[in-house]
Amino acid sequence: MTAPDARTAAIDIRKLSLTYHTADAPVLALSDVDLRVQRGEFVSFIGPSGCGKTTLMRVIANLVEPTDGSITVNGMSPEQARLQRAYGYVFQAPALYPWRTVRRNLTLPLEIMGMAKAERRARAEKYLALVGLQGFENKFPWQLSGGMQQRVSIARALGFEPDLLLMDEPFGALDEITRDHLNEHLLRLWERTRVTVIFVTHSISEAVFLSNRIVVMSPRPGRILEVIDSDLPPDRTLDVRETAAFLKIAHRVRVALRAGHSYDD
Amino acid sequence: MTLLRSWREGYALPLATVLLVLLVIWYAAAVWLNAPQVISIVFSDKPDWTLRELVDATWSMERPVLPAPHQVAIELYESVFEQEITSRRSLAYHTLVTASSTVLGFALGIVLGVLLAVGIVHVRTLDRSLLPWIIASQTIPILAIAPMIIVVLGNAGFTGLLPKAIISMYLCFFPVAIGMIKGLRSPDPLQLDLMRTYSASPAQVFWKLHSPASVPFLFASLKVAIGISLVGAIVGELPTGGQEGIGARLLSGSYYGQTVQIWAALVMAALLGMVLVALVGLAERLTLQRMGARP
Repeated sequence: MTAPDARTAAIDIRKLSLTYHTADAPVLALSDVDLRVQRGEFVSFIGPSGCGKTTLMRVIANLVEPTDGSITVNGMSPEQARLQRAYGYVFQAPALYPWRTVRRNLTLPLEIMGMAKAERRARAEKYLALVGLQGFENKFPWQLSGGMQQRVSIARALGFEPDLLLMDEPFGALDEITRDHLNEHLLRLWERTRVTVIFVTHSISEAVFLSNRIVVMSPRPGRILEVIDSDLPPDRTLDVRETAAFLKIAHRVRVALRAGHSYDD
Repeated sequence: MTLLRSWREGYALPLATVLLVLLVIWYAAAVWLNAPQVISIVFSDKPDWTLRELVDATWSMERPVLPAPHQVAIELYESVFEQEITSRRSLAYHTLVTASSTVLGFALGIVLGVLLAVGIVHVRTLDRSLLPWIIASQTIPILAIAPMIIVVLGNAGFTGLLPKAIISMYLCFFPVAIGMIKGLRSPDPLQLDLMRTYSASPAQVFWKLHSPASVPFLFASLKVAIGISLVGAIVGELPTGGQEGIGARLLSGSYYGQTVQIWAALVMAALLGMVLVALVGLAERLTLQRMGARP
């Protein structure tokens, strides 16, 4: 039975654990994770490498199966949600298909979903404009910079208009200037579309700048240490990072991260 | 234009140098190899021959051990341009026969190679059971098996083009299959995960990810395959009793000691091979350009 509040929640995770069976010993990747995300929230997972944040995201996306516990996505099992194409996934790398032009990369999910050609084209145009890449429709991925490629991959995830956007360190491989620019871009995009966003990062300032809530995780086994609310003004720009309110939240995140980090390995 | 560009880009000069060196060696070898015959037969009643006469004679024999390049060139010109194209005496006719069985065998080889690769990549049991046989098939010398194929197919009522094309196919499906297996397995985990997040059907994953990803690998194989397909076609023409094709020309040339004719046919086979490889290369360039390859 699904609890009544799970139907309104975008994501409802209860007592979730995941063990990887490797050659030498089982590895507990996630332990006893409890988390509810409301529709329209922007939630970041932050933690050091190996803390299971990407694994948790992949559980939500039904790319791996949890060992124990329950999870619903939009009130459904992750598998149902995936089959209904409930989420768009943005990977660490742009994962564009090099033989497709920018437009045809954008329309790839739409083709798979069987959308008519004219509508596909219109969607591609709309979402390319949304990420500021009009005029690049007929370019191939290699003709674009890394930041532009990642914007195409975000537009591709938004293009089929899912209620949920899963972003796995999407700007991790980019330089700081491009990353700042894309962060601001993403925030404006979220304000306009109000989709639920789950955002994995290991940058504190990125997490604080973007999110409503910051989920701090610790490694081995991966678990949630603390969930920190952020109440920065919704129309914030990058300048907010100099304010006392921002620094206070960033400090709380840093303290939580330090508390969870054992230096014995 | 192309010649001019290749000259500018620095290909033409080294090429021309190599060609010149080869020609010099060839002419020298012709003197060296033909001289004993010339001295013992032509000069048998003329003991006071000069070096000049010897060289002239070795370069103009009717049945030399090694014909001089210009003899081959003249034979090539005469047998291509001075014969009716439908005549058995026309080298152009024989070349067309060989070219058509090469191309047919190549097409059959692509179909077989691609089908095998798709099966091997998608069905685990085929991977285990087929691949060793495919590799074993290539260790059998084609010269040994070609007559069998011709005889067996001849008894079944297939003569002419098809048996030769089958031999070509037998040789050229192999690089196609190996290249396609590698190509179909080339998509990285991220590209595969992406398809999974779209809950794409297996057919969609195949047509939208695996098959386009394999195209560059396919073309790399095709360039090898077209060359050995030509070899297969020529080998297939040898046991037919020397009727049609470049292989038949080689065979009849060796029956009658027509070394000039043999060499002309060899040069023609080389030219045909170069043209076919160039055509595959052109198709590759055009296709990969459309698929966004960097120029």
